[in-house]
Amino acid sequence: MRSHGGSPHGDVLRPTKRSSGVVPGLDNRPPLTPQLALRVAILGGVAFALFAIVFLRLWYLQVLSGDDYRRAALDNRVRKVAVPAPRGWIVDRNGRQLVTNRVATVVQLDPRRIPAEHRDAALEWGRAMGQRDALPDGHKGEPTPIPKPPASLERRFAALGSVLGMSAASINERVVQQIATTPYANIRVRVDVPRTMRNFLLERRASFPGVTVQQVYLRRYPAGTTAAQLVGTIGEIAPDDLKAERYRGVVQGTVVGKEGIEWAYDSYLRGDPGVQSITIDAAGRPKSQRLAREPRPGDQLRTSLDAGLQQAGQRALARSIQGGPGSAGAFVALDPRNGQVLAMGSYPTFKPSVLSKPISQQRYDAIFGPRAGSPRFNRAISGGYPTGSTFKPITALAGLDKGLITPDSPVYDPGVLKVGTQEFRNARGAVNGTISLRRALQVSSDVFFYILGRDANGLPGQAIQSWARKLGLGHTTGVDLPSEFGGTIPDRAWRARLKKLEEACERKRKTSSCGISDKRPWSLGDNINLAVGQGDVQATPLQMAVAYAAIGNGGKVVRPHLGVVVEDYGGRVLQSIKVPAARHVKIDEGDRQAVLDGLRLATIGDGTSAGVFSDWKHDAFPIYGKTGTAERKPHGDQSWYVAYVAHKSKPIVIATTVEEGGFGAEAAAPITCRMLAQWFDQKSRCAAAVVTE
Amino acid sequence: MRRGGGDRVSVRGAIQQPDRAAPSMRSLLLGFDPGLALAVIGLAVCSLIAVAAATADDIEGDPNYFLQRQAAYFVVGGFIAVLLWRTDYSRLRELKYVTYGALIAALLAVRVLGDVSRGSRRAIDFPFFSFQASELGKVLLIVSLAAFTVDRARRLQDRRTTARIVLLGLIPAALVMLQPDLGSALVSVVITLAVLLFAGTPWRHFAALTALGLAAIAIALAVLPAAGVNVLHDYQKERLTAFLHPSDTSSDESYQQNQSRIAIGAGEKTGRGDQATQTKLNFLPEHHTDFVFAVVGERWGFAGAALVLSLYALLIWRGLRILTISKNLFGALVAGGIIAMMLFQVFVNVGMTIGIMPITGIPLPLMSYGGSSIVATMIAIGLLQSIYAQGQSAAASKGRVLTFQ
Repeated sequence: MRSHGGSPHGDVLRPTKRSSGVVPGLDNRPPLTPQLALRVAILGGVAFALFAIVFLRLWYLQVLSGDDYRRAALDNRVRKVAVPAPRGWIVDRNGRQLVTNRVATVVQLDPRRIPAEHRDAALEWGRAMGQRDALPDGHKGEPTPIPKPPASLERRFAALGSVLGMSAASINERVVQQIATTPYANIRVRVDVPRTMRNFLLERRASFPGVTVQQVYLRRYPAGTTAAQLVGTIGEIAPDDLKAERYRGVVQGTVVGKEGIEWAYDSYLRGDPGVQSITIDAAGRPKSQRLAREPRPGDQLRTSLDAGLQQAGQRALARSIQGGPGSAGAFVALDPRNGQVLAMGSYPTFKPSVLSKPISQQRYDAIFGPRAGSPRFNRAISGGYPTGSTFKPITALAGLDKGLITPDSPVYDPGVLKVGTQEFRNARGAVNGTISLRRALQVSSDVFFYILGRDANGLPGQAIQSWARKLGLGHTTGVDLPSEFGGTIPDRAWRARLKKLEEACERKRKTSSCGISDKRPWSLGDNINLAVGQGDVQATPLQMAVAYAAIGNGGKVVRPHLGVVVEDYGGRVLQSIKVPAARHVKIDEGDRQAVLDGLRLATIGDGTSAGVFSDWKHDAFPIYGKTGTAERKPHGDQSWYVAYVAHKSKPIVIATTVEEGGFGAEAAAPITCRMLAQWFDQKSRCAAAVVTE
Repeated sequence: MRRGGGDRVSVRGAIQQPDRAAPSMRSLLLGFDPGLALAVIGLAVCSLIAVAAATADDIEGDPNYFLQRQAAYFVVGGFIAVLLWRTDYSRLRELKYVTYGALIAALLAVRVLGDVSRGSRRAIDFPFFSFQASELGKVLLIVSLAAFTVDRARRLQDRRTTARIVLLGLIPAALVMLQPDLGSALVSVVITLAVLLFAGTPWRHFAALTALGLAAIAIALAVLPAAGVNVLHDYQKERLTAFLHPSDTSSDESYQQNQSRIAIGAGEKTGRGDQATQTKLNFLPEHHTDFVFAVVGERWGFAGAALVLSLYALLIWRGLRILTISKNLFGALVAGGIIAMMLFQVFVNVGMTIGIMPITGIPLPLMSYGGSSIVATMIAIGLLQSIYAQGQSAAASKGRVLTFQ
């Protein structure tokens, strides 16, 4: 380059040059053709326009709407996660624990990380199994096979299974089952995962997409099988339930009660989940966390159950069935003053803890299927049976009320009642001669009550049926448990209704018979059968207990219930649950006393259940009890016993029934006796006795 | 003082060499464009700061991993740039077959030896860095196309000239497209058009090219897919869809673009500094490479983003200035190609981060982390400085009239 910096020539020319450049002289510049200048100008213009666009956009993003984006960035990094609240405990009337909690490590799968096709297949499988369940036994056919996962998912299951010690197939089964029941809930793959597995999975999150390892509260049942059918189960809320009024404010993923007490008192037991804000990075890894809201533990529910009585009842029921002809059974013990349920059991039974973990369909069927006697079925409130002779006090009250008899009217019992061509006989061919109501109840004369049934049929208003309904039969008692059975009290309207149903069904299916009804109208025989609790009558043990309680307490039809007091975590009373009686029935005091006398006589002397209570202290704890033996073809006879004990401080009503148990005094009465012995802290042999009735 | 390059030019007699006795120190200081140098150094500093901030948490125990490497790339690139500046770029004209051959060979080598990364084969792995041929290829293409164009400078009105140049530009573009790297292919097209523009190709040729281009796009996007041939890869379609329908956040593509926009917007006027969660917590992937501008926008706000953009504006302006003082057509074409390349890359990359352009995978020159891009861009800067220096010295030799060859 030519030296020019110091030359006067360069200095003179400098003002004419661009100040920043070091162009030596204007005349020395290379020629710039107009065409090139134009094109440079075009590119310059384009560049200017592009920079202007970018600047304006930046201004818009950062200055004009920066606040919105700042908020979006903050939302981005903070996740709000529900912290499960421990559910409240369920205790008995003396504070003994029935249901508590324990913390368990569970491995869960996020259902959203299961391919949609497999989720759909699982839902389809659930529908198919639901349809199969609705079919009658013997016509179910082969169960639908569990859908196979796609290959990539199967590899994920296999990888997870190798850590958890499970096969890919069993993981798949759990996934399919749980998607079918609660489609959006986390899928529990394994519960009680050892620490080493937990750490292994947590350290390799990326290799196990959708797998979370969490600490959750599981239910613990310190009392074993005690009240197994009553306490119920819990689970993540079903999507359909989220809209229900009773679950208002409950968020997806919350554990709620599904059955039993857990369901009925869910709003108290549930508590409120806390909220944890977790700062996470884009991969979802938590960076820091803080508890934004403490979880509020659920409240404790004190029930009216007496664990000792409950266990005595369960033991006695199990012993009776295991050592006798019975196949299943149930008992209910009520406080006749207020309807508090002191004990309620159903056999066969089960360990509720089994249901707090995932269970294979095969194992479930083995434990809970019909072949195992459907142990989850609470026969005390859902099992409807003909009541047999335990119905007689109701017939007696109706007859007394309508003036068909007085407490002392003599009636001749020759052992048989002829109505047209039909003959109605006493059980075991007994002939009782001339008897009145008290004696008829004591020896359980059938003919005495056949005559009442025959005579009541002609009266307007179907007295026996209306008395049965008044005392709590034929409709649900309103117990605070789900799936109560209402039972049947047959009458003219009921027969007519069945006939209509049968006819409609036959028209629809174009068959000669649907098996609902033989379409015959109400007959005298129907009323005679009802008078002794045979035929079409169906009642639950709970209903019978309520009816006897009303007779015992002078007409108060109680509403049975288990919930008594809601307490906080520390045991302070928050709320007493007051359950008013359903209604009061006016019973003539003389009539009532006559019936009670008959029931009292039945437990002593040559009464039907006297043998069972032969060593009972009748003076201190007078028992008003009635046996019942109901024909239930093709099954064996249904054994019943309902007893009322009028005690000053702890009166009690117990209704017991045993399917195929034989005579009432054979199976049901000894169970009741053992429960009474426990309740009053007495010793009794409670010997099973065979007595005709 | 290295004057060897000048000597050789002088021997060839293309330009009369200025006084060799001039004080070498002074000529050294005067022979470069300080505005351009300022812009480059400023961007390099910004890049190092942004990369350091964005990657501090990326590799545990080695917070400076990316910073050190990026600095090394700048040192290597700067050294090459200085060498080029002190060389006469015009020599490269003779090497046009070598440069073009090297370009094609490099692109083919990537196809054969390249490493598949994220579904495309773009780089060859060497022990210390992975070589992205398409980055250096952009500079080689500029130089070769400029050289070929200068050869036919007298027949620019001939449409065969235009066709030949376009063909030369489209071959590497097609090879890059096959990698697949749509962004770099588009850069090649832009370079070709820029070379044609500054060579003085008649406007009607541009009109015809535009028409052909539109027809080709129509065939590629509408006719061929209908016939069962997919020109665009699925991920490229996704990017376009994500760009056209940004609210559909289900795809990864629109996720990136949304996160980038949130990052920049959240920076507001002066930035979030160390509270820049979008980059720190990795919501924004590729934050030190393709989305480095979003890091600047989030940490330093509008102020930081405006500073970086101003530096680019300075760079483009100085580039255009250098174009006008080039001593020959070759220099003007090289400068034009470089400016167009830089402008296109800056606009497409920044536009992508602020949501006005689709995601293309084009790095931000001199800012994005990456050796190939930094070194290639520094080579381009070295060429610009060389054009400036040569232009200055040519202008300084009075009375010389430049003859375009």
